[in-house]
Amino acid sequence: MAFNYAEYIRPGKLPHIWCPGCAHGTVMKSIIRAIDRVGLEKDRTVIVSGIGCASRMPGYVDFNTLHTTHGRSLPFSTGVKLADPGLNVIAVAGDGDALAIGGNHFIHTCRRNIDITLIVFNNNIYGMTGGQFSPTTPHGKLASTTPYGNPDYAFDVVELAMGAGASYVSRSTAYHAIPLERQIADGINHKGFSVIDALCTCPTTYGRRNKLGSAVDMIGWFKDNTVGIKAAGKLPPEKVEGKILTGVFRKEEKPEYCDEYAKIIEKTGGRS
Amino acid sequence: MAKSVRKDETVVTEYGDRKINVITRYCKGCDICVAFCPVDVLEMKDFKVHVARIEDCTECMLCEVRCPDFAIEVVGSGKKGKAK
Repeated sequence: MAFNYAEYIRPGKLPHIWCPGCAHGTVMKSIIRAIDRVGLEKDRTVIVSGIGCASRMPGYVDFNTLHTTHGRSLPFSTGVKLADPGLNVIAVAGDGDALAIGGNHFIHTCRRNIDITLIVFNNNIYGMTGGQFSPTTPHGKLASTTPYGNPDYAFDVVELAMGAGASYVSRSTAYHAIPLERQIADGINHKGFSVIDALCTCPTTYGRRNKLGSAVDMIGWFKDNTVGIKAAGKLPPEKVEGKILTGVFRKEEKPEYCDEYAKIIEKTGGRS
Repeated sequence: MAKSVRKDETVVTEYGDRKINVITRYCKGCDICVAFCPVDVLEMKDFKVHVARIEDCTECMLCEVRCPDFAIEVVGSGKKGKAK
């Protein structure tokens, strides 16, 4: 049966502003289905975003939403979560929003392990502002500010989040939309900071400049160039080399920040 | 196969209990649903998706899952697999 997206979309907001073939819509659908799968109450769910293409997403969905300053979706989410730890807080950010402008907030929220789910819409570029290179633009690729190829090397969101201490880390792509939905649902259920790296496409500013073909070619690329982390252990090394690993990289139980904070309040005899 | 157009510009294609709704106002013609349909049910027509062979549909829902624009809905018969 068809999934009733209309239940979660603000009336009159569609069609959205994203370009034809932009995979942000696919990821947004996965988030909606994941929230439905977990069964979160609309009034008790907050979606927080910063600035950028990905950060337009909360405008379309019918939850409590917060559209904040560039890179600051995590500090605002932390504030919302601490003010009322009963709320389900989901933060969405693009790759530049999460890792460049908000990079400092990203690593420290990972370290703090507060119960927030972050979905990084990772499309390797700053799409909205005209295709400047971002922290996840691969080495040698073209962007409007690197016309001779990007001299920098890209961040790996998963490695970064694991190194900084996030307790749930996973990666999926827009092609693998159903596993992505499962991972987001898993991340929402997980008590602690969850980072989901959702690989997206930007056919307009990244794909066109780098001659990666149409939106369909770019999404199909994920099919041939990703390997599930469980399958990667069994495959010969030459089949895994150069491929992007997907799946759940880490899922561990760690003390959660709101609980720890409540303990301090109790210890000092203060009021919450 | 029967086609009808609702007031909100939704094109409804019916075949038995199966219905595929295309909200043409939302469709941006990106071709993703057409390319990833495993049984070739959909086609592009005037930069909008067009349901050409609904009788082959297996209700795998991949078009609905991957459509970034909320433009296609498969209202199935509840029975997966090819229609008899």
